[in-house]
Amino acid sequence: MSILDWTYIMVGVTFTLYLSIAWISMVKTTKGFYVAGGGVSPLANGMATAADWMSAASFISMAGLISFMGYTGSIYLLGWTGGYVLLALLLAPYLRKFGKFTVPDFVGDRYYSNTARFIALICAIFISFTYVAGQMRGVGIVFSRFLEVDVNTGVLIGMAIVFLYASLGGMKGITYTQVAQYSVLIIAYLVPAIAISLKITGTPIPQLGFGGVIAEGVDNGKYLLETLNRLNVELGFAEYTKPFAEGGKSMLDVFCITLALMVGTAGLPHVIVRFYTVPNVRGARLSAGYALLFIAVLYTTAPAVASFSRYNMINSISNVSYDKSPAWFKNWEQTGLMAWVDKNHDSIINYRSGKPFIGKPQFTGETGSYGQLIVSNTLTDNDNEIYIDRDIMVLANPEIANLPNWVIALVAAGGLAAALSTASGLLLVISSSISHDFYYRLINRNASEKQRLLLGRIMIGFAVCVAGYFGIHPPGFVAQVVAFAFGLAASSFFPILFLGIFSKRTNREGAICGMSAGILFTIIYIINIKFFGGTTWCLGISAEGIGSVGMLLNLVVTIVVSLLTTPPPQEVQDMVDNIRFPRGAGAHFNN
Amino acid sequence: MKKNLSQYWKKNLLIMICLLAVWAIVSFGCSIFFVEQLNAIMIGGFPLGFWFAQQGSIYIFVALIFIYFFLMEKVDKDFDVDD
Repeated sequence: MSILDWTYIMVGVTFTLYLSIAWISMVKTTKGFYVAGGGVSPLANGMATAADWMSAASFISMAGLISFMGYTGSIYLLGWTGGYVLLALLLAPYLRKFGKFTVPDFVGDRYYSNTARFIALICAIFISFTYVAGQMRGVGIVFSRFLEVDVNTGVLIGMAIVFLYASLGGMKGITYTQVAQYSVLIIAYLVPAIAISLKITGTPIPQLGFGGVIAEGVDNGKYLLETLNRLNVELGFAEYTKPFAEGGKSMLDVFCITLALMVGTAGLPHVIVRFYTVPNVRGARLSAGYALLFIAVLYTTAPAVASFSRYNMINSISNVSYDKSPAWFKNWEQTGLMAWVDKNHDSIINYRSGKPFIGKPQFTGETGSYGQLIVSNTLTDNDNEIYIDRDIMVLANPEIANLPNWVIALVAAGGLAAALSTASGLLLVISSSISHDFYYRLINRNASEKQRLLLGRIMIGFAVCVAGYFGIHPPGFVAQVVAFAFGLAASSFFPILFLGIFSKRTNREGAICGMSAGILFTIIYIINIKFFGGTTWCLGISAEGIGSVGMLLNLVVTIVVSLLTTPPPQEVQDMVDNIRFPRGAGAHFNN
Repeated sequence: MKKNLSQYWKKNLLIMICLLAVWAIVSFGCSIFFVEQLNAIMIGGFPLGFWFAQQGSIYIFVALIFIYFFLMEKVDKDFDVDD
């Protein structure tokens, strides 16, 4: 059977599964809708958190990025896993004991202020929309390459599916669908990784394979990483395992980005809210452990996949003449994610360091003398002749390694599972922020259960449409705004959640000033760099890492202002005492 | 009860600080600040610092969360504050 037939089968079967689960777990109460009734087992919640967390970026893009960045790619591996330690030790158990629906709920109650609640809710909505746009782009890429449908049709199908199961089942439907999606995406990630590891190194465990020796071809018997270092240097790149290479990121920048991603992870509302769904504090601690365990399965495989695909890619296209290049190269060329320009007119693909031309490929519609698609971009004066989009490495990997068609289809289904599971979690945060935090808490305290549930469902529909719009008309700034999502989560939520639990003296004035200072500093720094081409004036720290500084600023301002103003009222201090021990978390669940 | 709770909280903080110290040492120490020194040591085909940055830290993170879970189970029971 062809790749296309297999993909229709895999995608059809998995989508039917998700919809059936949503139908079975239909909910009738707001508690069920927002936090799945607080009755999800820690194991299931851990799996759902893992699927919720691992987005199209983790599944599709991350290994590709590491493959091109080498050691520096560790910022994603460390940043996106290390945050769970902070979450498990500093936030999850206490927020579970607090026992409300959303992050703005905690901020508003702990700091006895609707201003603080409002700032928190704006941040939650902004972070979630930023994120959701990226998921829809992932859905579009998978559909256009593997199902050969138009990207727009692909996005519309994805929107319809997410809307159906998120609005029917709310958090409960989303949770159990995410459990299924985790299973699909992890199998889809591991099967090709194991097959490629066996092929290159002869061991079935990718985590060991990439530290092992190559068992095939001209480099037989040499260490894989050592060979990659040599190949990289031959082509004009820095050694693969070398940290802080010339022209790359400095030690301070690597540290700041890692810290910002960690703290940002711990402050992301769609991750935090998952810990409200377990029955008690013990469940919150345990499910954080399961979540990271399930995430680690993919995150320890990703760097192995990165090094395998780097090795395979260099071997299969570098210094090969275009007419002898593999079929996958031409397939991806059609999607505009790869391109070749024959700068020195030798018909051979020369892969070197640097960009081949300025911007993304703009095809003229003509083909060159070897059948390659001609681009109209301005060429750069280095020797590199090929353009490779980082996002294709994972998706193209099974083709590069000549794996059977069903594996390629499985990877497509896995990419969709990763994108849809994250999208649904984010849509729920947007919906609950508007219908619960904004409408119910700030506008109409007397809204009935039925009204709130209906509004929640309408808001999911609204959020799906906005997300779909961004998927069909991807704003040029999607890549840039990801820095915002983590920068904002790090500089707004994390410090005041942490201080709210660990310091009773922190008060309303401190929290509002701290959050505002952290957010403003971070936003201005990022906008200046990303949109106005400004310099990294703060110690050379890049936009992705500035959230660390914003977080420190928030911490300092919050503490200083709190000490200069009156302490919080007694009932708030009693509340903090109450969330510090686990007993009673299962019983007191009200709003 | 009040005194008990403040002892419970101190114990929790102590466990937390110890585990977070390990977290900081492996993620920032071994993987970033001292990565070049550790890279001089090879474990099979892995330079050690590179291994910590792309593999080892993640395994230790998982272990830390489970260790916290088991230690707090015991502390919760000792102080009779479990749910």
